[in-house]
Amino acid sequence: MKPLDDRQAPRPAASQSTVISVSQLSKIYASGFQALRNVNLDIRRQEIFALLGPNGAGKTTLISTICGIVSPSSGRVSVDGHDIVRDYRAARTRIGLVPQELSTDAFESVWDTVKFSRGLFGKGPNPAYIEKILKDLSLWDKRDTKIRALSGGMKRRVMIAKALSHEPEILFLDEPTAGVDVELRRDMWDMVRRLRENGVTIILTTHYIEEAEEMADRVGVIRKGEIILVEDKAALMRKLGKKQLTLHLQVPLQTLPPDLRIPQLDLSADGTELVYTFDAQSDQTGIGELLRRLTEHGIDFKDLNTSQSSLEEIFVSLVGNHA
Amino acid sequence: MNIHAIKAIYVFEMARMFRTLLQSIASPVISTSLYFIVFGSAIGGRMAEIDGVSYGAFIVPGLIMLSILTTSISNASFGIYMPKFSGTIYEVLSAPISAIEIVIGYVGAAATKSIILGLIILVTARLFVSFSIAHPLTMLGFLVLTSVTFSLFGFIIGIWADGFEKLQLVPMMIVTPLTFLGGSFYSINMLPPFWQKVTLFNPVVYLVSGFRWSFYGVSDVAVGISLGMTFVFMALCLVIVSIMFRTGYRLKA
Repeated sequence: MKPLDDRQAPRPAASQSTVISVSQLSKIYASGFQALRNVNLDIRRQEIFALLGPNGAGKTTLISTICGIVSPSSGRVSVDGHDIVRDYRAARTRIGLVPQELSTDAFESVWDTVKFSRGLFGKGPNPAYIEKILKDLSLWDKRDTKIRALSGGMKRRVMIAKALSHEPEILFLDEPTAGVDVELRRDMWDMVRRLRENGVTIILTTHYIEEAEEMADRVGVIRKGEIILVEDKAALMRKLGKKQLTLHLQVPLQTLPPDLRIPQLDLSADGTELVYTFDAQSDQTGIGELLRRLTEHGIDFKDLNTSQSSLEEIFVSLVGNHA
Repeated sequence: MNIHAIKAIYVFEMARMFRTLLQSIASPVISTSLYFIVFGSAIGGRMAEIDGVSYGAFIVPGLIMLSILTTSISNASFGIYMPKFSGTIYEVLSAPISAIEIVIGYVGAAATKSIILGLIILVTARLFVSFSIAHPLTMLGFLVLTSVTFSLFGFIIGIWADGFEKLQLVPMMIVTPLTFLGGSFYSINMLPPFWQKVTLFNPVVYLVSGFRWSFYGVSDVAVGISLGMTFVFMALCLVIVSIMFRTGYRLKA
């Protein structure tokens, strides 16, 4: 894959217009399982959007529905203003999909399978363009190799090449780095950045927070089929910077002494735990001062631990507080 | 119309045939040759003529039909079943392509293979027995019609099947018996009157009979009825396919 020379260059001003609009989308499978509950989501043109959530949260169902693989039970999706059901040709032409599973043909050559994808999406032959994709993805040397002879990482590259073969404006990457080695992961992020600079909107799903942190402009969290939060990454990272120190007290406290009634410190309902929230990135965490004051008040503790909330925990608690 | 997509599927499927040339072409040709050796030359010489046609020549249309039917079904069912099995169907489902275009691509390719195979067997048969074709255009018409119809039928089986066993089940348990009992090796007039009536419920009787008429000008049932029944079966398959796509049956959750 080509190195990205201008990684540090300011990114082109992303237009704020909406390119995918999901409204009141629900999906109930034949088994009765409700995978999506009234999902509303707008994806902005030319952004990198990370959809986070635990396994079974509905990430793949949401993507599959937008791409036309799963029929929605209710609600609407439009892609660049085209309804995905009524105007499916216009909608789907704009989309490229790299699914989570490594589903490839076995006996086709790399070149043939990418050519097939381009045709399937209604584009006439363009060998020069396919050559460029294969070169960008370090697949050019393997163009005549049968897919079954490729390694897992190479197959993943082939699937990306297939998704890009028809020059899509929107690219979905469903768990792109699951089971992928470091080199391919780095190549993939380089490619994603390059694509975005060329005007492509990218939606990726992941359950790795580091991926969202590294790549995304905005992050959405889905849990049990519901989008529980959509936020700019910068704001999200500030919340993620928080750590918590939990002190398990020897003797339960009824109330906090007045000089300890600070916003960062919470007493648990049963009075047995003190939870102190602090910014791990800061030089002044205030922990020393806290412990000193506790000693002054004769508040003794038998154990302590610190924890950094997982993304999901943070969002679950956020949503809980907002509810 | 997404012509590029139809072409992509068609070329993909045809390439599959050329990759498996031995299986697609050589094996039916060899098995048909064996039929001709056994029934045509070895036993056929001791059989009486049927409707003024030597037994070896009499079985030619039926044997071609037998091959076309099984090849059409196995090719078309395999063609759509494999992407379902390997998961690559996601790409077809997410492509800007209509159900009709998908069917044209897959069924068109399967039918093409069957037609090619039918013609190859015809030539092979000529090496073993001597015959002439009275109505070549009608013969071609039946060949194309049957190939398309049974490729559609195979396509339905491929969508319906959720395992390799089911993929084999229908051709083996239904189509082969129907073909053998459909007058490929005998004239249904040779059956007792009761079984003559029963056999009229077998759709293959009409195909074989009509196809044989195009060779020798003689048939068990009127050629118009044969043609009509083939169209009825084709229409039935089209209706089923369209229902499958409309409901997303075993294709789309």
